[in-house]
Amino acid sequence: MTRRQLWQRFIANIDRQLLLGIALLLLTSLLVLYSADNASMDRPLNQMRNIAVALTCMWLVANLPLHYLMRTAVPIYLFGMLLLIGVALFGEISHGARRWLNLGIMTIQPSELMKIGVPLMMAWYFEKHEATLTLKNYFIASLLLLLPVGLIARQPDLGTALLISASGFYVLFLAGLSWRVIGGLFVAGLASAPVLWSMLHDYQKHRILMLFDPSQDALGNGYHTIQASIAVGSGGILGKGYLNGTQTHLDFLPERTTDFIFAVYSEEFGLLGNMILLSMYAFVIWRGVIITSHASTYFTRLMAGSITLTFATYTFVNMGMVSGILPVVGVPLPLISYGGTSMLTLLLGFGMLMSIESHKKLVRT
Amino acid sequence: MKKHVEFKNHQREIFHFQLRLVVSIGFILVLLAVLLIRFTYLQAFRHSYYQTLAESNRIALVPIVPNRGLILDRNGEVLARNYSGYTLEINQSKTKDIESTINELSALIDVTPKDRRRFKKLLAESHGFETLMIRNRLSDEEVARFAAQQYRFPGVEIKARLFRDYPLGETTSHLIGYIGRINDTEVNQLQENDMAANYRGSDYIGKTGLEQSYERDLHGTTGIEQVEVDAGGRAVRMLSRTAPVSGNTLILSIDAKLQDIAEKSFGDYRGALVAIDPNNGEVLAFVSKPGYDPNPFIDGIDTQSWDELNNSPDVPLNNRALRGQYPPGSTLKPFMALAGLNFHIRKPEQTISDSGVFYLPGSRRQYRDWKAGGHGSVNMFKAIQMSCDTYFYGLATELGIDNIYSYLSGFGFGKKTGIDMEGETSGLLPSQDWKMKRYQQIWYPGDTVSVGIGQGYNLVTPLQLAFATATLANNGVAYKPHLVKEVKSSRGSENRFIANTPLYDLNIDPKYLDLIRRAMVAVTQPGGTAVYASLGAPYQIAGKTGTAQVVAMKQGEKYDASKIDERHRDHAWFIAYAPADNPRIALVVLAENGGHGGGTAAPIARKVMDYYLLGKVPKPLAKLKDEKESEHD
Repeated sequence: MTRRQLWQRFIANIDRQLLLGIALLLLTSLLVLYSADNASMDRPLNQMRNIAVALTCMWLVANLPLHYLMRTAVPIYLFGMLLLIGVALFGEISHGARRWLNLGIMTIQPSELMKIGVPLMMAWYFEKHEATLTLKNYFIASLLLLLPVGLIARQPDLGTALLISASGFYVLFLAGLSWRVIGGLFVAGLASAPVLWSMLHDYQKHRILMLFDPSQDALGNGYHTIQASIAVGSGGILGKGYLNGTQTHLDFLPERTTDFIFAVYSEEFGLLGNMILLSMYAFVIWRGVIITSHASTYFTRLMAGSITLTFATYTFVNMGMVSGILPVVGVPLPLISYGGTSMLTLLLGFGMLMSIESHKKLVRT
Repeated sequence: MKKHVEFKNHQREIFHFQLRLVVSIGFILVLLAVLLIRFTYLQAFRHSYYQTLAESNRIALVPIVPNRGLILDRNGEVLARNYSGYTLEINQSKTKDIESTINELSALIDVTPKDRRRFKKLLAESHGFETLMIRNRLSDEEVARFAAQQYRFPGVEIKARLFRDYPLGETTSHLIGYIGRINDTEVNQLQENDMAANYRGSDYIGKTGLEQSYERDLHGTTGIEQVEVDAGGRAVRMLSRTAPVSGNTLILSIDAKLQDIAEKSFGDYRGALVAIDPNNGEVLAFVSKPGYDPNPFIDGIDTQSWDELNNSPDVPLNNRALRGQYPPGSTLKPFMALAGLNFHIRKPEQTISDSGVFYLPGSRRQYRDWKAGGHGSVNMFKAIQMSCDTYFYGLATELGIDNIYSYLSGFGFGKKTGIDMEGETSGLLPSQDWKMKRYQQIWYPGDTVSVGIGQGYNLVTPLQLAFATATLANNGVAYKPHLVKEVKSSRGSENRFIANTPLYDLNIDPKYLDLIRRAMVAVTQPGGTAVYASLGAPYQIAGKTGTAQVVAMKQGEKYDASKIDERHRDHAWFIAYAPADNPRIALVVLAENGGHGGGTAAPIARKVMDYYLLGKVPKPLAKLKDEKESEHD
């Protein structure tokens, strides 16, 4: 094999357009991180390492035949559930929540695993019962979703619970859950809102209330929201310029390398920059939609659709939170926020998308 | 058939899925649109609002406190200055347990019980968020020791500050006064006067004395630094700066050396001394005894020391020269004599026969002369020289209270002199109106009799009497007394001189003035009541002794100093000017419970005049109290 052929083999299963979109976002991440970290290379270098690991995993998954992927669904899901139960029983408490499990050599956050595990399991389940889908199957699939979501919500990690719910719901939706049931669920959801509200922790209620009037608690819970809005708003049309964000560089922005990194970007690049960033995300999402529409099996369609829609949801929730239209929930900006775990989860998802895209012909024939 | 159905199902299924995908795309587009609208709202429509917020986040206006103006004496000697030093300060809001923090600090740095008491007082007066001083004047070693351990004390910091210092301490305490931390009342006053902005950042304000009266000059103009701050409030860089303008320098008319000699001449006596240049109203010495050390007041005196000062029977905090009100006693006689001449009640050569007792016509009440048996045949000259009471009982009675009031007003009695120091009292020159208002009583002829010798209702402050003496010395041309000679602008251009223009001229007949002068010179010569005052002096001194009763004596009772409790003894007065023919200094000495003006007050005056006129520094002072009190006035 020539070197050229070897390269062809190497990139055979990589979707170039999707990779292009991802690469643009990752470069943006490094750029913004450098600024958010006050022009230090510490976090950008760490992030490069995270990206390298995640890209490798993505490549591996992209090259994984689809039936292998399907076969992983049940073990991953069961393993995830086991860990979640373990967290509920023996988890470490940090910041008032029991989210981490100390395995001796490392602490892990099993809810991250379930971001992939839940839709994977549900898609697998629908694939199994493709031929004879009845309402009962939707019900069982919902249970597969609600069990881990319930455990995660109890930790409490409401943000992750809601996002996993969303990814599971996308599977149900794409699997053809009837509009009537969806409508019924929607009404039921509205009706049960007061009950759910009463089940929320005080700090969670606070975060939601803060959305309506952040100034009520300007130095406490409202501080994040206010400072982020100031950062975004003061950016204006063209932004303050790279490395010139005063909110960022004078420490006013909290958590500016992780959940609030969008405020850093927005302050320095303005409305124009936001449009460019949204276009990049739209490009990735568009490519995900195309791959979904190409997908040949029930499982791959559901999986690809859920991954794409979840990605879009993450983006929306984070930007909505930073710009003050959604409550502050701990959701990073996909592919840009600093952090290895979410990077890994996301790129594993994109790996699956690539695998789905590259193996569609194989399945068809 | 079956294949067909399957195919159809598959197609339908695909179709359904595609439909759902289209709905999803619509959903995503809605989400994107929502974000875009939100961004446009924040970044285009509300941009200026958030821009302002971001700016106010980042920019802080830091006031730069100006250096307080210096106070110098007429020869340039420093009476109030600033020095830079380190203080150790505790930020209340960042310190949880202040008590234990102080205890831990005291292991590193010497914290005296006095420091603790002062801190407690500051804490009680504070609003709960200020940074308060626990120690001042840290040594370099202490600064280094604390700096090494600073991480243990998150709310404690070392600050470099300018401190006020009064090098002469007690000697100038009543003159200069002191500055202290601004209190709530002063904050309100500053706000009312629209001066609050200039005091942003200032911790101190003049509390008493010239520090208070010349606050506007001394404070200076606060500068402003625009700095960029981070979220922790730390300054990152300076954006712009308006330099502060230092306070103006006060150049006093006071001669510090003279002030020092005057103060020391009192020995253990309490009292006051005011010396004025009669030619222009410049105050040369301004002493109130006892004084106090003003330095501890600056950073808030601790409660115990305050109580000691405040409850002392010597009332060291009372500015006697400015605020003390005493009967003038016989020092009033030269002025009464001038009144008699002015209204042609008495001719100079006219004599009366003094039998030692004076009766009002138709009254049996006795008004006795201080000298039993009287002075015999007495004219005006002799009456002043020997301080004959009987002569002035008659003179006052014939003058009547209305004439006395109108004439003595001209010398400033019963009125504030308008000196450039706040808090002056006006003394009391009685009149018919006054008595009616005060006691709802008419004026009796008997009231006038004792006014004639400066007892009665009369009250004067030492300052007032000094003003009157200076006016007399200057032939009736009055100058407003002032402590500050010149206000030197820190900008160097606009120096302000305190005006030396006369207030008014009493237009006294030179013949009368000459008579009074000669009589007052005779007071300090053999045969007068203050022989010691001019003994061996190469210049002539015009003077007059006086005695102010502390406790009234019963009719017929005889004053015997040795039998009376020390604090009930009479106050001794001495007024003088010299040289008599061309006066350069006029002064008043009051020695509380000094008994007799000639014996205790006059020697003090002599030392001051000797220094001022001859440059003679007195030998270490003998205990004045032991001096023989042979003479009486």
